[in-house]
Amino acid sequence: MDNTTTSPNIGLKIKRFTSPDHPEVNFAQAEKGIKAWLTTIDHKKIGLMYLGSIAFFFFIGGLLALLLRLELWTPAKTFLDADAYNQVFTLHGAIMIFLVLVPSVPAALGNFFLPIMVGAKDVAFPRLNLLSFYIYLTGAFFSLYSIVTGAVDTGWTFYTPYSAQTSASVVSMTFGVFVLGFSSILTGLNFIVTIHKLRVPGLTWGKLPLFLWSIYATSVIQILATPVLAITLLLLIMERTLKIGIFDPTLGGDPVLYQHFFWFYSHPAVYIMILPGFGVISEIIGIFSKRRVFGYWFIALSSMAIALMGFLVWGHHMFVSGQSTLSSVVFSLITFFVGIPTGIKIFNWVATMYKGSISLRTPMWYALMFLFLFTIGGFTGVMLGTLSVDVHLHDTYYVVAHFHYVMMGGMLVAFLGGIHLWWPKMTGRMYNEKLANLSALLIFIGFNMTFFTQFILGAKGMPRRYYNYIDQFQSLHQFSTVGSWVLGLGFSIMLFYLLHSLGKKGVIAPKNPWGGRSLEWITQTPPVMENFEYTPVVIHGPYDFHKPIAEFEYGIEGSDSHVHDHHSDQHDNKHSVNA
Amino acid sequence: MDKLGSIFLPPAKSTIAGEVDALFNFITGTSLLILVAIMAVVIYLIIKYKRKSDDDVTSLNDHNTALEIVWSIIPVFLVVYVFYRGFTDYIKIGSAPDDAYEIQVIGQKWNWTFKYANGNTSPNELHVPAGRPVKLVMQSRDVLHSFFIPDYRVKHDVIPGRYTSLWFEALEPGESTVFCTEYCGTSHSDMMAKVIVHTGEEFDQWLKESGGRPSDMPLAEYGKQLYSKSGCQTCHSIDGTKLVGPSYKGAFGSTHTFADGTSAVVDENYLKNSILNPNAQVVAGYAPVMPTYQGILSNDDIDAIIEFIKELK
Repeated sequence: MDNTTTSPNIGLKIKRFTSPDHPEVNFAQAEKGIKAWLTTIDHKKIGLMYLGSIAFFFFIGGLLALLLRLELWTPAKTFLDADAYNQVFTLHGAIMIFLVLVPSVPAALGNFFLPIMVGAKDVAFPRLNLLSFYIYLTGAFFSLYSIVTGAVDTGWTFYTPYSAQTSASVVSMTFGVFVLGFSSILTGLNFIVTIHKLRVPGLTWGKLPLFLWSIYATSVIQILATPVLAITLLLLIMERTLKIGIFDPTLGGDPVLYQHFFWFYSHPAVYIMILPGFGVISEIIGIFSKRRVFGYWFIALSSMAIALMGFLVWGHHMFVSGQSTLSSVVFSLITFFVGIPTGIKIFNWVATMYKGSISLRTPMWYALMFLFLFTIGGFTGVMLGTLSVDVHLHDTYYVVAHFHYVMMGGMLVAFLGGIHLWWPKMTGRMYNEKLANLSALLIFIGFNMTFFTQFILGAKGMPRRYYNYIDQFQSLHQFSTVGSWVLGLGFSIMLFYLLHSLGKKGVIAPKNPWGGRSLEWITQTPPVMENFEYTPVVIHGPYDFHKPIAEFEYGIEGSDSHVHDHHSDQHDNKHSVNA
Repeated sequence: MDKLGSIFLPPAKSTIAGEVDALFNFITGTSLLILVAIMAVVIYLIIKYKRKSDDDVTSLNDHNTALEIVWSIIPVFLVVYVFYRGFTDYIKIGSAPDDAYEIQVIGQKWNWTFKYANGNTSPNELHVPAGRPVKLVMQSRDVLHSFFIPDYRVKHDVIPGRYTSLWFEALEPGESTVFCTEYCGTSHSDMMAKVIVHTGEEFDQWLKESGGRPSDMPLAEYGKQLYSKSGCQTCHSIDGTKLVGPSYKGAFGSTHTFADGTSAVVDENYLKNSILNPNAQVVAGYAPVMPTYQGILSNDDIDAIIEFIKELK
């Protein structure tokens, strides 16, 4: 191709733009100072602020987990009393779910990369985006406030009537979660509109990176399911403060109704948490196998199918709750059918590696770790979806192990994979890969020591949320606790090398260290304010590694001349609407 | 696969346990097989297709209809099979035989009480005959609880304001543990009971003799038995340790000060009222969490416990 040509499928005059790896002024240098960060409407800075907050809460939640495991070293009291233990597991669960996993990939990585990957200057509603961040912080503040005012000990599920009767400050905790929900809804809305309206010319739905498909599906669930959580928590608050009987039988309510409400949100929320992880894994396996992702449309559309089907399986949390037998049977059957597309995705990712060119860099190790851990999480999910077996396993450590394999082994590992994939782009620095691989190995070993043991404990009958336990479980509990230390060590090393990479001795990263093809690898490192100095056009698919990189660097001719005239003016995005 | 199962599962002591275990073992075994196969393929692929240079030419093929149909259909058959077996066993677990022996179960923070057809009760000890189906009709006095006997592979939530039930048939005489598996507060993890399985004759004998204090047992000693069986010991120590509630040690004859500022001397009337109507007078510094023992402890039982407390100087 010439430097300037007319694209046959877009009908616009396009030109190849070559820019140096590093811009003169990147987004972080464009506005300086704390105030510029706190009031920014730049999606990249907002994404990084989310990343920082999530990392902070993960640190707190992780410390709480270590405390829990340490307390379980002996069958009776080790160093915490029962009430403290109950408060710690409640906080650990609530922080990890609502402050870490739900926002993790969409709010941090999605915010940073979604606009870049569609070629836009920002999300569709940048101010709303900043508002979402502050709503998130407000909700987080209220949740943590409850620690100070006397701590909630209900478990993260807030089951009634216990949560309606206990003297602890359930109201501030649930209000915090209620507020967090709005952040989720607004972010989801922003992403859906951005993907629909702000794609650059040539970026058809079939050329959308799979990460964006997964964020899109996630956003749909966030908008549809989160209001139900908000309604439920509002009813709970009304019951506690106004004594209106909804769930509490002493006031004439029905405690099982609460479980229906709660899981109607919280099961889809499992998909809010895991689908973005699928997206990250698709990107990593595509790039590091240098190969078209096998079954692109299956992966893209099955995320959408899972998003919708995910609304129909909430009752599988309630096989022994007193719901009707017929309901349980129907929920079990649908649960199995939601599991199948998820299983097929695993086959697709493995098939992507066939006849590929596999490069075992750090992000790829995380993807392989994900394949192993998430497969175990999936199979044990089949076990728990099986009616008769679930009667035995429900509310035991088997369930604890299962959801840690899915949420931590699946989602969190995918999130770490994403951080290692995009760290060079976000920060402009390379981390030390030797230390990164060591840390990944320790996390893998520590994780399996901690949680595989819990499958055995649970099947043997060890119930969850137990402060004391019977002596025969002690050796397994101790093994699990030692595993948690290995995990802690792995994460400490990660904290070290990531911070180190940002320091004076950090290595400068090239703009495309892994040879990616989607738009975030085409722009400079770190990206400039508003992401591109021209309006990019997309000619090939995101995994067309056989096409020369030059063919991914086209933009609309002349679109670079007026960029700086309309600084952060959103109307400027009009020309990139894909009509 | 049975060997695999014995790593995971506790001994199977009920009629249904064998079938549940067989399905557990089938799913575990099949999953392990598929997991190993997937990982073997992954390891083979990363060795065989390791990147040799940045110019490696890779396959453009992203479809294989035959392969995709196979890997979609096989899981469908597998899960339908697993679903069906889980479904049929679940129906069995949920349908008590008509001739099952019925026992009433009351769950409350943090103990279990069992009531038999002849009116006798046994706190935190469930006595059942072997070889005969037993149906538990359960209710909660306060919050959600869940009744779980791992050895029997049965579990069901116990709900305030509604009856739920479960049934099992114990294979042979022996003992098993009951756990509460729905989080219910401070001493949730101490809300345990024991299942004691008798032969049919022994069980009938036990039923006859379980109606209160044996004639040759001192009142205070019987009170001590009730103290440990009825769940008192979960919250009240007898050595002065402060637990959820005040210790019994030295309590009798002392003066308790209540949350509302009033006070009273601990005598027989105060103790009886505290057992039947526990939250009327709550000692300052403690939470009003004790459930009532109305209908669980008889007047004679309460007399025995008072006698026991009197002796704890």
